[in-house]
Amino acid sequence: MRVLIPGALRSYTAQSEAEASGATLAAVLADLDRAYPGIRFRMIDEQDRIRRHIRIFVNGDQVRDLSQPLNATDEVIIVQALSGG
Amino acid sequence: MKRSLLVKRRKPAVRTRGASSRARPQRRVVVLVATRKGAWLYHGDAARKTWRADGPHFLGHVISHVALDPRDGRTLLAAAKTGHLGPTVFRSTDLGRTWKEAAQPPAFAKAPAAGQGRAVDHTFWLTPGHASEPDAWYAGTSPQGLFRSEDGGVTWKPFSSINDDPQYRKWMGTVQDGTPDGPKLHSIIVDPRDPAHLYFAMSGGGVHESVDGGRTWAPLLKGLDVVEGFDRAQPTFHDPHCVRICPSNPDRLYQQNHCGIYRLDRPSDEWVRIGKRMPTAVGDIGFPLVLHPRDADTAWVLPMDGTSVWPRTSPDGRPAVYATRNGGKTWQRLDAGLPGKQAWWTVKRQAMTGDASDPVGLYFGTTSGELWMSRDEGRRWTCIARHLPEIYAVEAAELT
Repeated sequence: MRVLIPGALRSYTAQSEAEASGATLAAVLADLDRAYPGIRFRMIDEQDRIRRHIRIFVNGDQVRDLSQPLNATDEVIIVQALSGG
Repeated sequence: MKRSLLVKRRKPAVRTRGASSRARPQRRVVVLVATRKGAWLYHGDAARKTWRADGPHFLGHVISHVALDPRDGRTLLAAAKTGHLGPTVFRSTDLGRTWKEAAQPPAFAKAPAAGQGRAVDHTFWLTPGHASEPDAWYAGTSPQGLFRSEDGGVTWKPFSSINDDPQYRKWMGTVQDGTPDGPKLHSIIVDPRDPAHLYFAMSGGGVHESVDGGRTWAPLLKGLDVVEGFDRAQPTFHDPHCVRICPSNPDRLYQQNHCGIYRLDRPSDEWVRIGKRMPTAVGDIGFPLVLHPRDADTAWVLPMDGTSVWPRTSPDGRPAVYATRNGGKTWQRLDAGLPGKQAWWTVKRQAMTGDASDPVGLYFGTTSGELWMSRDEGRRWTCIARHLPEIYAVEAAELT
Protein backbone atom coordinates (compact mmCIF):
# COMPACT_ATOMS: atom_id res chain seq x y z
CA MET A 1 0.00 0.00 0.00
CA ARG A 2 0.92 3.62 -0.36
CA VAL A 3 2.63 5.25 2.60
CA LEU A 4 3.19 9.00 2.62
CA ILE A 5 6.46 9.92 4.30
CA PRO A 6 6.96 13.24 6.12
CA GLY A 7 9.95 15.44 5.36
CA ALA A 8 11.73 14.50 8.56
CA LEU A 9 11.92 10.86 7.46
CA ARG A 10 12.86 11.32 3.82
CA SER A 11 16.53 10.92 4.68
CA TYR A 12 15.56 7.23 4.84
CA THR A 13 13.28 6.93 1.80
CA ALA A 14 14.65 9.72 -0.41
CA GLN A 15 11.08 10.23 -1.61
CA SER A 16 7.74 11.39 -0.27
CA GLU A 17 5.99 8.06 -0.85
CA ALA A 18 6.88 4.46 -0.22
CA GLU A 19 5.25 1.11 -0.86
CA ALA A 20 4.81 -1.30 2.02
CA SER A 21 2.59 -4.26 2.74
CA GLY A 22 1.09 -5.94 5.78
CA ALA A 23 -2.20 -6.96 7.37
CA THR A 24 -1.84 -4.51 10.27
CA LEU A 25 -0.25 -1.13 10.82
CA ALA A 26 2.51 -2.85 12.80
CA ALA A 27 3.22 -5.17 9.88
CA VAL A 28 3.31 -2.28 7.42
CA LEU A 29 5.78 -0.39 9.59
CA ALA A 30 7.92 -3.52 9.93
CA ASP A 31 7.90 -3.90 6.15
CA LEU A 32 8.85 -0.26 5.79
CA ASP A 33 11.75 -0.81 8.20
CA ARG A 34 13.03 -3.74 6.14
CA ALA A 35 13.19 -1.47 3.10
CA TYR A 36 14.53 1.53 5.02
CA PRO A 37 16.41 0.25 8.08
CA GLY A 38 16.04 2.39 11.17
CA ILE A 39 12.95 4.31 10.06
CA ARG A 40 10.56 2.53 12.41
CA PHE A 41 12.46 3.33 15.61
CA ARG A 42 12.37 7.02 14.78
CA MET A 43 8.53 6.79 14.84
CA ILE A 44 7.79 3.97 17.29
CA ASP A 45 9.59 3.52 20.60
CA GLU A 46 10.92 0.28 22.10
CA GLN A 47 7.63 -0.28 23.93
CA ASP A 48 5.72 -0.12 20.63
CA ARG A 49 4.26 3.28 21.40
CA ILE A 50 3.89 5.88 18.67
CA ARG A 51 6.29 8.67 19.55
CA ARG A 52 4.93 11.90 20.99
CA HIS A 53 5.30 14.05 17.90
CA ILE A 54 4.39 11.47 15.30
CA ARG A 55 0.84 10.92 14.04
CA ILE A 56 -0.34 8.17 11.71
CA PHE A 57 -3.51 8.42 9.64
CA VAL A 58 -5.18 5.63 7.66
CA ASN A 59 -7.58 6.86 4.98
CA GLY A 60 -7.77 10.15 6.82
CA ASP A 61 -8.48 8.77 10.29
CA GLN A 62 -5.90 8.94 13.05
CA VAL A 63 -4.74 5.52 14.26
CA ARG A 64 -3.19 5.02 17.67
CA ASP A 65 -3.17 1.23 17.81
CA LEU A 66 -0.49 -0.57 15.86
CA SER A 67 -2.67 -3.68 15.69
CA GLN A 68 -5.17 -1.83 13.51
CA PRO A 69 -6.03 -4.09 10.51
CA LEU A 70 -5.25 -2.65 7.10
CA ASN A 71 -6.28 -3.45 3.54
CA ALA A 72 -4.00 -3.38 0.56
CA THR A 73 -5.88 -0.39 -0.84
CA ASP A 74 -5.56 1.72 2.30
CA GLU A 75 -3.46 4.83 2.32
CA VAL A 76 -1.18 5.43 5.29
CA ILE A 77 -0.01 8.95 6.03
CA ILE A 78 2.73 9.55 8.54
CA VAL A 79 2.76 13.08 9.89
CA GLN A 80 5.32 14.94 11.98
CA ALA A 81 3.16 16.63 14.59
CA LEU A 82 3.95 19.99 16.15
CA SER A 83 7.26 20.17 17.93
CA GLY A 84 8.17 23.73 18.59
CA GLY A 85 11.08 26.05 18.52
CA MET B 1 23.89 -5.48 43.72
CA LYS B 2 27.26 -5.83 45.24
CA ARG B 3 27.66 -3.38 48.08
CA SER B 4 31.29 -3.51 49.02
CA LEU B 5 33.89 -2.92 46.42
CA LEU B 6 37.48 -1.98 46.53
CA VAL B 7 39.50 -2.19 43.42
CA LYS B 8 42.66 -4.16 43.61
CA ARG B 9 45.12 -2.65 41.27
CA ARG B 10 48.72 -1.85 41.00
CA LYS B 11 49.77 1.39 42.59
CA PRO B 12 49.45 4.17 40.03
CA ALA B 13 52.29 6.36 39.02
CA VAL B 14 51.12 9.68 40.41
CA ARG B 15 52.33 12.59 38.40
CA THR B 16 51.84 16.13 39.42
CA ARG B 17 52.76 19.52 38.21
CA GLY B 18 56.34 18.95 37.30
CA ALA B 19 55.28 16.69 34.47
CA SER B 20 53.41 19.43 32.66
CA SER B 21 56.52 21.53 32.20
CA ARG B 22 58.11 18.98 29.89
CA ALA B 23 57.96 19.83 26.21
CA ARG B 24 55.25 17.91 24.47
CA PRO B 25 54.76 17.62 20.71
CA GLN B 26 51.67 19.52 19.67
CA ARG B 27 49.00 17.81 17.67
CA ARG B 28 46.16 19.45 15.81
CA VAL B 29 43.09 19.88 17.95
CA VAL B 30 39.53 19.52 16.73
CA VAL B 31 36.76 20.84 18.94
CA LEU B 32 33.49 18.94 18.67
CA VAL B 33 30.49 21.12 19.41
CA ALA B 34 27.06 19.57 19.94
CA THR B 35 24.09 21.90 19.95
CA ARG B 36 20.34 21.85 20.08
CA LYS B 37 20.29 22.38 16.31
CA GLY B 38 23.23 20.42 14.97
CA ALA B 39 26.95 19.78 15.36
CA TRP B 40 30.05 21.66 14.35
CA LEU B 41 33.71 20.68 14.22
CA TYR B 42 36.29 23.43 14.75
CA HIS B 43 39.71 22.55 13.41
CA GLY B 44 42.57 24.45 15.01
CA ASP B 45 45.88 25.38 13.48
CA ALA B 46 49.06 24.12 15.13
CA ALA B 47 49.13 27.11 17.49
CA ARG B 48 45.41 26.83 18.30
CA LYS B 49 44.99 30.46 17.21
CA THR B 50 42.75 30.16 14.19
CA TRP B 51 39.84 27.81 13.86
CA ARG B 52 38.09 26.49 10.76
CA ALA B 53 34.40 25.71 11.16
CA ASP B 54 33.20 22.45 9.66
CA GLY B 55 29.44 22.34 9.83
CA PRO B 56 26.64 22.30 10.42
CA HIS B 57 26.36 18.56 10.58
CA PHE B 58 22.80 17.33 11.16
CA LEU B 59 21.31 20.82 10.95
CA GLY B 60 18.10 20.90 12.96
CA HIS B 61 18.85 17.71 14.87
CA VAL B 62 19.21 17.83 18.64
CA ILE B 63 22.79 16.67 19.17
CA SER B 64 23.53 15.90 22.80
CA HIS B 65 27.13 14.77 22.43
CA VAL B 66 29.80 14.18 19.80
CA ALA B 67 32.85 12.13 20.75
CA LEU B 68 36.00 11.13 18.89
CA ASP B 69 37.45 7.69 19.40
CA PRO B 70 40.94 8.30 20.80
CA ARG B 71 41.91 4.77 19.83
CA ASP B 72 41.84 5.49 16.10
CA GLY B 73 41.67 9.30 16.00
CA ARG B 74 39.01 9.49 13.30
CA THR B 75 35.84 7.67 14.32
CA LEU B 76 33.14 9.99 15.59
CA LEU B 77 29.89 9.10 17.30
CA ALA B 78 27.05 11.60 17.55
CA ALA B 79 24.02 11.21 19.80
CA ALA B 80 21.03 12.61 17.92
CA LYS B 81 17.29 13.05 17.88
CA THR B 82 14.94 15.62 16.43
CA GLY B 83 11.90 17.33 17.80
CA HIS B 84 9.75 14.75 16.02
CA LEU B 85 11.90 11.68 15.63
CA GLY B 86 13.19 9.23 18.18
CA PRO B 87 16.78 8.96 19.37
CA THR B 88 19.63 7.44 17.45
CA VAL B 89 23.39 7.42 17.13
CA PHE B 90 25.29 8.36 13.99
CA ARG B 91 28.79 7.13 13.26
CA SER B 92 31.51 8.49 11.03
CA THR B 93 34.78 6.75 10.28
CA ASP B 94 36.20 9.65 8.29
CA LEU B 95 36.07 12.48 10.81
CA GLY B 96 32.62 13.65 9.80
CA ARG B 97 32.84 13.58 6.01
CA THR B 98 30.18 10.86 5.93
CA TRP B 99 27.84 9.54 8.59
CA LYS B 100 25.92 6.30 8.97
CA GLU B 101 23.17 5.58 11.45
CA ALA B 102 23.56 2.89 14.09
CA ALA B 103 21.75 -0.29 13.12
CA GLN B 104 20.49 -0.72 16.68
CA PRO B 105 20.60 2.49 18.74
CA PRO B 106 20.35 2.42 22.54
CA ALA B 107 16.87 1.21 23.53
CA PHE B 108 15.51 -0.30 26.71
CA ALA B 109 14.32 -3.88 26.81
CA LYS B 110 10.70 -4.41 25.86
CA ALA B 111 8.57 -4.61 28.99
CA PRO B 112 6.44 -7.72 29.46
CA ALA B 113 3.32 -5.64 30.03
CA ALA B 114 2.27 -3.55 27.05
CA GLY B 115 2.94 0.14 27.48
CA GLN B 116 4.66 -0.22 30.86
CA GLY B 117 8.30 -0.01 29.91
CA ARG B 118 10.61 2.96 29.55
CA ALA B 119 11.70 4.43 26.25
CA VAL B 120 14.95 6.24 25.59
CA ASP B 121 14.20 9.89 24.95
CA HIS B 122 17.74 10.74 23.96
CA THR B 123 21.22 9.37 24.25
CA PHE B 124 22.98 11.94 26.38
CA TRP B 125 26.53 10.76 26.98
CA LEU B 126 29.08 8.79 24.94
CA THR B 127 32.28 7.32 26.37
CA PRO B 128 34.84 5.33 24.36
CA GLY B 129 35.75 2.01 25.94
CA HIS B 130 39.10 0.92 27.31
CA ALA B 131 42.16 1.04 25.08
CA SER B 132 42.29 -2.76 25.17
CA GLU B 133 38.74 -2.98 23.81
CA PRO B 134 39.00 -1.08 20.53
CA ASP B 135 35.35 -1.36 19.46
CA ALA B 136 33.75 -0.87 22.87
CA TRP B 137 31.70 2.23 23.66
CA TYR B 138 29.36 3.16 26.49
CA ALA B 139 26.28 5.35 26.29
CA GLY B 140 24.17 7.00 28.96
CA THR B 141 20.61 8.00 28.21
CA SER B 142 17.65 10.01 29.38
CA PRO B 143 15.79 8.62 31.21
CA GLN B 144 18.66 6.96 33.02
CA GLY B 145 20.01 3.97 31.16
CA LEU B 146 23.43 2.46 30.55
CA PHE B 147 24.33 0.81 27.25
CA ARG B 148 27.38 -0.76 25.65
CA SER B 149 28.41 -1.31 22.08
CA GLU B 150 31.05 -3.85 21.13
CA ASP B 151 31.11 -3.04 17.45
CA GLY B 152 32.13 0.59 17.39
CA GLY B 153 28.65 2.00 17.96
CA VAL B 154 26.72 0.07 15.30
CA THR B 155 24.63 -1.94 17.76
CA TRP B 156 23.96 -1.23 21.44
CA LYS B 157 22.89 -3.50 24.26
CA PRO B 158 21.37 -2.44 27.60
CA PHE B 159 22.92 -3.17 30.99
CA SER B 160 20.07 -4.97 32.72
CA SER B 161 22.07 -4.69 35.97
CA ILE B 162 21.14 -1.01 35.94
CA ASN B 163 18.27 -0.48 33.55
CA ASP B 164 16.06 -3.27 34.89
CA ASP B 165 17.28 -3.58 38.47
CA PRO B 166 14.38 -2.80 40.85
CA GLN B 167 16.62 -0.98 43.33
CA TYR B 168 18.27 1.13 40.67
CA ARG B 169 14.91 1.89 39.06
CA LYS B 170 13.70 3.14 42.42
CA TRP B 171 16.76 5.32 42.85
CA MET B 172 16.26 6.76 39.38
CA GLY B 173 12.85 8.14 40.35
CA THR B 174 10.46 9.33 37.70
CA VAL B 175 10.85 11.76 34.84
CA GLN B 176 9.58 14.48 37.19
CA ASP B 177 12.46 13.80 39.57
CA GLY B 178 15.20 14.56 37.11
CA THR B 179 16.75 17.53 35.38
CA PRO B 180 14.43 19.84 33.42
CA ASP B 181 15.02 18.14 30.08
CA GLY B 182 14.88 14.67 31.56
CA PRO B 183 16.79 12.62 34.13
CA LYS B 184 20.15 11.50 32.84
CA LEU B 185 22.85 8.89 33.18
CA HIS B 186 26.17 10.57 32.51
CA SER B 187 29.85 10.71 33.44
CA ILE B 188 30.56 7.13 32.35
CA ILE B 189 34.18 6.52 33.30
CA VAL B 190 36.43 3.61 32.40
CA ASP B 191 39.51 3.18 34.59
CA PRO B 192 42.46 3.38 32.17
CA ARG B 193 44.17 0.59 34.17
CA ASP B 194 41.26 -1.83 34.19
CA PRO B 195 38.44 -2.17 31.64
CA ALA B 196 36.21 -3.84 34.25
CA HIS B 197 36.42 -0.89 36.65
CA LEU B 198 33.63 1.53 35.77
CA TYR B 199 31.88 4.53 37.24
CA PHE B 200 28.78 6.44 36.20
CA ALA B 201 26.58 9.15 37.63
CA MET B 202 22.89 9.89 37.46
CA SER B 203 20.97 13.15 37.77
CA GLY B 204 19.30 12.20 39.90
CA GLY B 205 20.50 9.01 41.45
CA GLY B 206 24.10 9.51 42.56
CA VAL B 207 27.49 8.10 41.64
CA HIS B 208 28.01 4.35 41.22
CA GLU B 209 30.92 1.97 40.73
CA SER B 210 31.48 -1.48 39.31
CA VAL B 211 34.65 -3.57 39.47
CA ASP B 212 33.30 -6.47 37.41
CA GLY B 213 32.58 -4.87 34.07
CA GLY B 214 29.09 -3.76 35.02
CA ARG B 215 27.64 -7.02 36.29
CA THR B 216 27.22 -5.52 39.75
CA TRP B 217 27.25 -1.95 41.00
CA ALA B 218 27.39 -0.06 44.28
CA PRO B 219 26.68 3.57 45.21
CA LEU B 220 29.62 5.82 45.96
CA LEU B 221 28.05 8.64 47.92
CA LYS B 222 29.81 9.04 51.26
CA GLY B 223 30.63 12.65 52.04
CA LEU B 224 28.32 14.13 49.40
CA ASP B 225 25.77 16.72 50.45
CA VAL B 226 22.16 16.75 49.34
CA VAL B 227 19.60 19.52 49.36
CA GLU B 228 18.67 20.46 52.92
CA GLY B 229 15.94 18.34 54.38
CA PHE B 230 16.60 15.26 52.26
CA ASP B 231 18.19 12.01 53.37
CA ARG B 232 21.75 11.75 52.07
CA ALA B 233 21.67 7.99 52.57
CA GLN B 234 19.24 7.72 49.67
CA PRO B 235 20.92 7.74 46.24
CA THR B 236 17.78 9.17 44.66
CA PHE B 237 18.40 12.53 46.35
CA HIS B 238 21.94 12.89 45.00
CA ASP B 239 22.56 15.00 41.94
CA PRO B 240 26.10 14.73 40.59
CA HIS B 241 26.46 17.11 37.66
CA CYS B 242 29.80 15.93 36.30
CA VAL B 243 32.36 13.38 37.49
CA ARG B 244 35.86 13.07 36.01
CA ILE B 245 38.80 10.75 36.68
CA CYS B 246 42.35 12.13 36.64
CA PRO B 247 44.19 10.85 33.57
CA SER B 248 47.49 11.11 35.45
CA ASN B 249 46.19 9.44 38.61
CA PRO B 250 43.10 7.26 38.12
CA ASP B 251 42.79 6.84 41.87
CA ARG B 252 41.64 10.45 42.05
CA LEU B 253 38.22 11.67 40.94
CA TYR B 254 36.68 15.11 41.01
CA GLN B 255 33.01 15.92 40.97
CA GLN B 256 30.89 19.00 40.33
CA ASN B 257 27.68 18.29 42.16
CA HIS B 258 24.39 20.13 42.61
CA CYS B 259 25.69 20.58 46.16
CA GLY B 260 29.29 21.58 45.64
CA ILE B 261 32.68 20.53 44.29
CA TYR B 262 34.31 17.34 45.59
CA ARG B 263 37.46 15.24 45.33
CA LEU B 264 37.80 11.54 46.02
CA ASP B 265 41.11 9.71 46.54
CA ARG B 266 40.74 5.97 46.33
CA PRO B 267 40.78 3.58 48.04
CA SER B 268 38.83 5.95 50.28
CA ASP B 269 35.15 6.00 49.48
CA GLU B 270 34.54 9.40 51.05
CA TRP B 271 34.22 12.49 48.90
CA VAL B 272 35.73 15.70 50.31
CA ARG B 273 33.98 19.00 49.58
CA ILE B 274 36.84 21.07 48.18
CA GLY B 275 34.40 23.72 46.94
CA LYS B 276 34.17 25.14 50.43
CA ARG B 277 37.39 26.98 49.59
CA MET B 278 35.74 28.85 46.71
CA PRO B 279 34.91 32.54 47.33
CA THR B 280 31.66 32.76 49.27
CA ALA B 281 30.17 35.28 46.87
CA VAL B 282 30.71 32.88 43.96
CA GLY B 283 29.93 29.59 45.62
CA ASP B 284 30.71 26.11 44.38
CA ILE B 285 27.68 25.37 42.25
CA GLY B 286 28.05 24.67 38.56
CA PHE B 287 27.81 21.98 35.91
CA PRO B 288 31.11 21.15 34.15
CA LEU B 289 34.49 20.23 35.55
CA VAL B 290 37.75 19.76 33.65
CA LEU B 291 40.91 18.02 34.80
CA HIS B 292 44.50 18.52 33.78
CA PRO B 293 45.79 15.68 31.60
CA ARG B 294 49.13 15.48 33.46
CA ASP B 295 48.59 17.12 36.84
CA ALA B 296 46.18 15.49 39.25
CA ASP B 297 46.16 18.58 41.48
CA THR B 298 44.78 20.86 38.77
CA ALA B 299 41.09 21.22 37.96
CA TRP B 300 38.90 23.89 36.43
CA VAL B 301 35.25 24.71 37.12
CA LEU B 302 32.84 27.32 35.80
CA PRO B 303 30.61 28.47 38.64
CA MET B 304 26.92 29.19 38.21
CA ASP B 305 24.65 31.17 40.50
CA GLY B 306 23.01 28.69 42.86
CA THR B 307 21.36 31.21 45.15
CA SER B 308 17.68 32.03 45.71
CA VAL B 309 15.76 30.51 42.77
CA TRP B 310 18.92 29.05 41.22
CA PRO B 311 19.42 31.25 38.13
CA ARG B 312 22.25 28.96 36.99
CA THR B 313 23.94 31.91 35.30
CA SER B 314 27.38 33.41 35.81
CA PRO B 315 27.40 34.94 39.31
CA ASP B 316 26.83 38.72 39.14
CA GLY B 317 26.82 38.53 35.34
CA ARG B 318 30.61 38.25 35.35
CA PRO B 319 31.67 34.88 33.92
CA ALA B 320 34.83 33.30 35.26
CA VAL B 321 36.60 29.99 35.30
CA TYR B 322 38.12 29.00 38.62
CA ALA B 323 41.21 26.82 38.82
CA THR B 324 42.79 24.90 41.62
CA ARG B 325 46.43 23.89 41.36
CA ASN B 326 46.58 22.07 44.68
CA GLY B 327 43.72 19.62 44.68
CA GLY B 328 41.15 22.11 45.93
CA LYS B 329 42.98 23.80 48.79
CA THR B 330 42.84 27.15 47.00
CA TRP B 331 41.10 28.50 43.89
CA GLN B 332 42.13 31.19 41.44
CA ARG B 333 39.75 33.30 39.37
CA LEU B 334 40.52 33.23 35.63
CA ASP B 335 38.50 35.77 33.69
CA ALA B 336 40.93 37.70 31.48
CA GLY B 337 39.28 38.20 28.13
CA LEU B 338 35.82 37.23 29.32
CA PRO B 339 33.08 39.89 29.56
CA GLY B 340 33.42 41.94 32.75
CA LYS B 341 29.72 42.63 33.19
CA GLN B 342 26.21 41.82 32.00
CA ALA B 343 27.06 38.35 30.70
CA TRP B 344 24.50 35.97 32.11
CA TRP B 345 25.90 32.77 30.75
CA THR B 346 24.92 29.21 31.41
CA VAL B 347 27.41 26.44 30.59
CA LYS B 348 26.10 22.89 30.69
CA ARG B 349 27.84 19.89 32.21
CA GLN B 350 29.23 18.56 28.93
CA ALA B 351 30.04 21.97 27.50
CA MET B 352 33.52 22.50 28.94
CA THR B 353 36.62 20.49 28.20
CA GLY B 354 40.38 20.55 27.80
CA ASP B 355 42.86 19.26 25.29
CA ALA B 356 46.06 17.36 26.05
CA SER B 357 48.47 20.00 24.74
CA ASP B 358 51.09 21.75 26.81
CA PRO B 359 49.99 24.24 27.96
CA VAL B 360 46.53 22.78 28.15
CA GLY B 361 43.86 24.35 25.97
CA LEU B 362 40.49 24.88 27.65
CA TYR B 363 37.18 25.24 25.83
CA PHE B 364 33.60 25.96 26.79
CA GLY B 365 30.35 26.72 25.05
CA THR B 366 27.42 28.71 26.35
CA THR B 367 23.72 28.10 25.99
CA SER B 368 23.68 31.43 24.15
CA GLY B 369 25.84 29.90 21.42
CA GLU B 370 29.33 31.24 22.07
CA LEU B 371 32.42 29.05 21.98
CA TRP B 372 35.39 30.26 24.03
CA MET B 373 38.89 28.91 24.46
CA SER B 374 42.12 29.54 26.32
CA ARG B 375 45.43 28.28 25.00
CA ASP B 376 47.24 28.93 28.28
CA GLU B 377 45.30 26.95 30.87
CA GLY B 378 42.76 29.70 31.50
CA ARG B 379 44.98 32.75 31.90
CA ARG B 380 43.49 34.44 28.83
CA TRP B 381 40.26 33.66 27.00
CA THR B 382 39.19 34.32 23.42
CA CYS B 383 35.89 33.73 21.66
CA ILE B 384 36.27 31.47 18.66
CA ALA B 385 32.63 31.25 17.54
CA ARG B 386 29.45 33.20 18.10
CA HIS B 387 25.83 32.83 17.05
CA LEU B 388 25.70 29.06 17.31
CA PRO B 389 22.56 27.36 18.61
CA GLU B 390 22.35 26.46 22.28
CA ILE B 391 25.54 24.54 23.03
CA TYR B 392 25.05 21.22 24.80
CA ALA B 393 28.50 19.64 24.67
CA VAL B 394 32.09 20.52 23.78
CA GLU B 395 34.87 17.98 23.35
CA ALA B 396 38.46 18.63 22.34
CA ALA B 397 40.21 15.83 20.53
CA GLU B 398 43.72 15.55 19.21
CA LEU B 399 44.12 14.31 15.68
CA THR B 400 46.68 11.58 15.18
